[in-house]
Amino acid sequence: MTTTRIAETAPTAPPAPHLGAGDRLRLWWSALPRPYQWGIGVPFIALLAALPILRPPILTTQGTDFGGVLAQFGMYALLAIGLNVVVGQAGLLDLGYVGFYAIGAYTVGLLTSPDSPWNQTDTWLSRHWAWVFALPIAIAVTAVSGLILGTPTLRLRGDYLAIVTLGFGEIVRLLADNLQNITGGGRGLSGIAFPLVGQTPTRTKGVFSAGNTHLPLNFGTWWYWVSLALIIVVLLFVGNLERSRVGRAWVAIREDEDAAEIMGVPTFKFKLWAFLIGASIGGLSGVLYAGQVQFVSPPTFNVINSMLFLCAVIVGGQGNKLGVILGAFIIVYLPNFFLGRSDLFGIPIDGNAIADYKYLFFGLALMTLMIFRPQGLFPARQKLLSYGREVYVVARRAALAAAGRLPAADEDGAR
Amino acid sequence: MSIGPNDPQAGAEHTDQHLGAEEYLTQDSVEEEFLPDGGVAQVAVDLADVDPVLADPEAVAQLVAPDRRIRTEVGAALLRMEAVTMRFGGLVALDGVSFEIRRGEILGLIGPNGAGKTTCFNAMTGVYRPTSGQVVFDGRPLGAIKRNQITRLGIARTFQNIRLFSDMTALENVVVGTDARHRTSVPGALFRSRRHRTEEQDALERGMALLEFVGIGRRATQKARNLPYGDQRRLEIARALATEPKLLCLDEPAAGFNPTEKAELQDLIRKIRDDGYTVLLIEHDMRLVMGVTDRVVVLEFGRKIADGVPAEVSSDPAVIAAYLGVPDDATA
Repeated sequence: MTTTRIAETAPTAPPAPHLGAGDRLRLWWSALPRPYQWGIGVPFIALLAALPILRPPILTTQGTDFGGVLAQFGMYALLAIGLNVVVGQAGLLDLGYVGFYAIGAYTVGLLTSPDSPWNQTDTWLSRHWAWVFALPIAIAVTAVSGLILGTPTLRLRGDYLAIVTLGFGEIVRLLADNLQNITGGGRGLSGIAFPLVGQTPTRTKGVFSAGNTHLPLNFGTWWYWVSLALIIVVLLFVGNLERSRVGRAWVAIREDEDAAEIMGVPTFKFKLWAFLIGASIGGLSGVLYAGQVQFVSPPTFNVINSMLFLCAVIVGGQGNKLGVILGAFIIVYLPNFFLGRSDLFGIPIDGNAIADYKYLFFGLALMTLMIFRPQGLFPARQKLLSYGREVYVVARRAALAAAGRLPAADEDGAR
Repeated sequence: MSIGPNDPQAGAEHTDQHLGAEEYLTQDSVEEEFLPDGGVAQVAVDLADVDPVLADPEAVAQLVAPDRRIRTEVGAALLRMEAVTMRFGGLVALDGVSFEIRRGEILGLIGPNGAGKTTCFNAMTGVYRPTSGQVVFDGRPLGAIKRNQITRLGIARTFQNIRLFSDMTALENVVVGTDARHRTSVPGALFRSRRHRTEEQDALERGMALLEFVGIGRRATQKARNLPYGDQRRLEIARALATEPKLLCLDEPAAGFNPTEKAELQDLIRKIRDDGYTVLLIEHDMRLVMGVTDRVVVLEFGRKIADGVPAEVSSDPAVIAAYLGVPDDATA
């Protein structure tokens, strides 16, 4: 007999628990059968992709191009997903994440910009597809840089690790600023390659060129679509990792590193993997940036940006890979929403000033969040088992039966 | 096989007239962490529903105690402490302690507070490296072996102050233990390799079987931090067993237990031994130690003062003196 029997506790009913809107949504979603989830998920993603075409009047930004804002959101979302692997899942505080973003962007820049001494567009990288070919190279380079940073530093914990990674972020930026012969120093690298596709008389350099400003399918929209596709791929991979030995090892390390080690988790190895994967995703985002802006220079990779990425992760909810995407949206969208706006619901405001003070507002928001909701807006409920669904389904069925809601259960027992 | 709720009696127990809509909602998705414990959906999970393999009690037993390759013969020394000394600065926590744990026995390690029991434990599980002397496990000295490798060699432990992964569910906690025997790494998990899938299936089966074995199968989907204290202790044991140890070390597993729970724990420890595990038990509760162990080692001030069967040890004058003190007239 392998049935579990219930202890007779709970003589009186507990007070009804309070459930927030997010919890209700999550409960509703996880109770849906798989086909329904697909049926809702696919149109939802299609709607997201259609945003720059629809340009809903409430959402559309005024001061900047909406497509461009969404493209930037795509990059930040990737950064947030990558940083979430390191900070949210493995619990390693990385304050120099912008360094990986920079390495990804500069690798593409160095390989494809005419300003770079290592420009390869005329040799073995084809002119049309240089960006696409540079992408895996850049990811590999950032992954190796993650390994180089991680190997000596991951023996440190907590604050010490945070400080060392902060230093790493600065080192990368200072190198970009000072290796004038290679990176162009403060002048940066311009003319970076982008995919040459969809060339027409009106779009002479293809749809991905910064010269494509034909609304609504301007270059921002196209880059947004590329990043959306990459986000989906990355989410699938990260989800696979989460529901595996790797994801469980990360969460175990986050919860109690010593206990994890004693339970047989090779903690150093998996921390290094977390760093490497986080770095690769950050590098990927950098590659997108280089392609879209077609110009890289050191100020873009200021350490303050690291804080902004971290802000996206913390606001979204550490450990929740969908939550951090929303966090990234908030971080990118809100300043752009205010930019160029002179009134909000009839109230006159100085939108540009509000956008300028974004660091102040995000700082205040972060502090408020730490006090009232330290787990973030969308706290994590990770599912860490590949086949765990069976257990949850069985447990749910049993719970329903116990509550007398399933006809299969005993009616007389229920009432 | 019967599912709890199919039994009218059980169904009546589980049903509560006062359940509000909120609770139904909660029970629906088994996200029980929203509920204060005690009122949590008290659900019987049928193992056979989770996985058909688990319908067969023999299969479950095999999952709980899989065949492990142990070089040591039954009755021979599985672990030997050889003159282990641990020094922390000027403090000598262990002073040339030697004893052995024989395969198949339950060994009790007792002593007054500060006698060095936990230090001894930590030296065995690789948390500390002995200042001198060595620990030999299953014919292999545990010199510079990493802690996670020691676990994979076959020593598992629980913690005196519970150290579960509190944000994970009970099942996930146990599965972290089973992962010690798994080899999937990032590439396998990324692309869902065949090995990854079989290992995940194995993790689920062994995880559920072990939760069932220690008696908390119904808590599988609850977060560890929301479990009642006693169940947390049981979960620690299940997690340690999940690593397929040759030697299971329990560090004060009965701390904070009432007599009933202690009796249940005693049964559980015996059951574990009968399944072919060797058990080292550190415990304060004399009745539990004397009741369950085959042999007892007594430490005092980092030295071994007695080693023998419980009856012998409990009448040993040195042990009585260590625990009760020596009357003034005896020392005079």
